[in-house]
Amino acid sequence: MIHIPDFAHASTVQIIFCFLAFITLLTAFLAIFSRNPIHSALYLVISFFSIAGHYLLLNSQFLAIVHVIVYSGAIMILFLFTIMLMNLNKQNEVHKPRITRLGAIVSFCLICIVLIMIFINSKPIEGEYIATGEDYQSINVLGRVLLNEYMVPFEFASILLLTAMIGVVLLSKKEKTEK
Amino acid sequence: MDSTIIIEKSVIILVVFAITMVMAMYSTLAERKIAAWLQDRVGPNRAGKGGILQPLADGLKLFSKEEFEPDTPNRFLFFTGPAIAMSTALMTSAVIPWGDKFHLFGRDIILQASNIDNALLYIFAILSIGVYGIMIGGWASNNKFSLMGAVRAGSQMVSYEIAMGLSMIALLMMTGTLSLREISLQQEGMQWNVFYQPLSFLIFLICSFAETNRTPFDLAECESELIGGYHTEYSSMKMGFYLFAEYASMFISSTILAVLFFGGYNYPGISWAVENWGVNIANLIGIGVLFAKICFFIFFYMWVRWTIPRFRYDQLMNLGWKILIPLSIVNIMITGIVILRHEIAVFLGF
Repeated sequence: MIHIPDFAHASTVQIIFCFLAFITLLTAFLAIFSRNPIHSALYLVISFFSIAGHYLLLNSQFLAIVHVIVYSGAIMILFLFTIMLMNLNKQNEVHKPRITRLGAIVSFCLICIVLIMIFINSKPIEGEYIATGEDYQSINVLGRVLLNEYMVPFEFASILLLTAMIGVVLLSKKEKTEK
Repeated sequence: MDSTIIIEKSVIILVVFAITMVMAMYSTLAERKIAAWLQDRVGPNRAGKGGILQPLADGLKLFSKEEFEPDTPNRFLFFTGPAIAMSTALMTSAVIPWGDKFHLFGRDIILQASNIDNALLYIFAILSIGVYGIMIGGWASNNKFSLMGAVRAGSQMVSYEIAMGLSMIALLMMTGTLSLREISLQQEGMQWNVFYQPLSFLIFLICSFAETNRTPFDLAECESELIGGYHTEYSSMKMGFYLFAEYASMFISSTILAVLFFGGYNYPGISWAVENWGVNIANLIGIGVLFAKICFFIFFYMWVRWTIPRFRYDQLMNLGWKILIPLSIVNIMITGIVILRHEIAVFLGF
């Protein structure tokens, strides 16, 4: 069932949410559809910022700020670097064979299925946390929960990042020796 | 939320904005005066008494210059670049505690626009956004030299942000909070963090030179290689905004240095002054002390600029990645060992 919001009686938070959601979706679509790769990247940056705004609406300052630092401040900057230094003109655009396009569509559908299943099956555990009465937006509590209750997944995430980092170093080293 | 808080906060924001602008304006004069003093010259002395009106004359000149635009398909982004640079330079001041509580009109007024939990992270977030102003401006100029300058400045800022963040972690392990107000309160009197974390301070200082693109790290601007760097194509007040943003961020990073490591508004004998002279007078002195510290750091920036020769670009990257980052990780480990020394002693059986 589609819930149609009542705009005449919407609260401030709802109005801000609608505005942010509009910007997020619009810029996300523009990121895909715009011809210029740099414009795409910049639209994606705006989209990330509005997602940070969504986090703020959900009262999680820490997540919003970390999102800005990591995604807008680090990852997208490196993206921009790479795109600016590469000469992405129409002439030297790589021709993609049809099989890659097919592969892209199939993998997109698979990711969609996984995501939908996650959203259907995930049980929000927010209720349990509200019952304890602690402020789970403050980083003090967040840090304690992450390093006690979720210690193992937290450490695994860091191992994953370390592996990715070593892999990148290995790849970039290999290219140099070949030259 | 009652309306008095909104009025109070708006007044604080406006005053901080005005002060940042005035400080940035007069930093330009101070820079030229200090350069003149170090090089045994007189410096600007024509506008006003001793050159006191020089910043106004400079501003007027920049405003009235011809506005040149390169033939670029990205006109909008060309205008956005300086706007982002300027606004990110001003946004950081929102979380800085300029003074302790004032007791006026029967209520406590805290001289801080917003006291958020994650103030320090907020500052890093704004710093990381600041790179966009340079990157977008340099790319939209449609000029090879601008692009190279932008990539240089951007990669320098990104690399030094890492060492800066790591040096902060050692401080955070000690303070246990990210709120700048609490960090200021913890350094009451003379318990300044610089005495406990000298290495962290040194790394932070070096990185803030790189973040503000100041000499010895001002390689983005290089006449013989890159002309004017990322603002080669800019003229008139758009150019002025880039220069102004540099001075504004210099002021802000001096403030952050003073607040994080040099006690902020704290001075020896602050509790004695509160007892004998009252809260308000003690705090007025505190604000004065904070501004004295800020002025000292601004002077330090200029002193270094006219004393130390600049780096080569590969030396800069080597310093950032191969010296400062390992050094700050070592600092984190030492801090951890010192904090947990009792537990370690028990564990080893001493």
